[in-house]
Amino acid sequence: MRYLLLFLISLLISVLNAEQLITFSDDAYLKRYQNLLEELRCPKCQNQNLADSNAPISNDLKEEIQRLLEQGLDDDDIKRALTERYSDFILYDPKFNKNTYFLWLAPFIVLLIGFWWVYSMSTKNYSSQSKDRDLEK
Amino acid sequence: MKKILLSAPIIFFLLTLGFLYRGLENDPKHLPSALIGKNIPTFELRTLDAENVLTQEQLLGQPFLLNVWATWCYACRIEHPMLVELSKRGVKIIGLNYKDKESLAGDWLDDKGDPYIFSIFDPDGKLGFDLGVYGAPETYLVDAYGIIMHKRVGVLDERIWQNEFKDKYYALENAIK
Repeated sequence: MRYLLLFLISLLISVLNAEQLITFSDDAYLKRYQNLLEELRCPKCQNQNLADSNAPISNDLKEEIQRLLEQGLDDDDIKRALTERYSDFILYDPKFNKNTYFLWLAPFIVLLIGFWWVYSMSTKNYSSQSKDRDLEK
Repeated sequence: MKKILLSAPIIFFLLTLGFLYRGLENDPKHLPSALIGKNIPTFELRTLDAENVLTQEQLLGQPFLLNVWATWCYACRIEHPMLVELSKRGVKIIGLNYKDKESLAGDWLDDKGDPYIFSIFDPDGKLGFDLGVYGAPETYLVDAYGIIMHKRVGVLDERIWQNEFKDKYYALENAIK
């Protein structure tokens, strides 16, 4: 019982601390801020977005994003500002450019090759089998 | 034709294997450098222990290494003797003291030796942000016109100097003579 109480108290404290972190002049900024943190990747940590990461560099970038939002930049401008410095690495949804076209197109190419392969195999097998049958006759 | 068809899955498998094998040797911590071939960002900061404000213009005229360091950075401690050694060999190094306390930074240089021509003092990490710094120590090779030629994140040691920096640095230095 005592532990439960302690647990509840610590939970309460952490919830209370979790509020009051970031304030924006406009509530619309908060939504966009949260979206951006979800979409951007921490440069220092492996596979964490900024929202999940507590690394010092992530906190710096969060502050910077907050500042840029307040300056009135739109989401694309903010992403551009960050990729100019930290490269496309920080985008979780990489753009279609010369570095990534293979990444985007490879699945479709592989799928096409697969279709072609299955198709050729089936027609080949069919014709060779029918040829065999013809010979048996 | 049939042979080609039958071996297609094997070829595909081998290609995938090769692709994944290459991936093994890639360092996932390595970020492609966004600033290679670009100018060093503009800034207005003062140097450590000096009042005068410095801009990017004052860095131009000769190739140099720009080394991002801080006293809180453990790897910088490991790297420092190598920088002192390079400065003894006549390599020009400019420091960027990144998100640090000035008094601590001063003590550090008094204590361990100062390999830098001077250190730009960037307590808020503003120039650091513009450079895309994400893990000190970082070392940039900058040419006489302020173009960033090479970047290394992590400790600069003798091997990395020989393999990545030395030839480029001396080529740039000879180019302006």
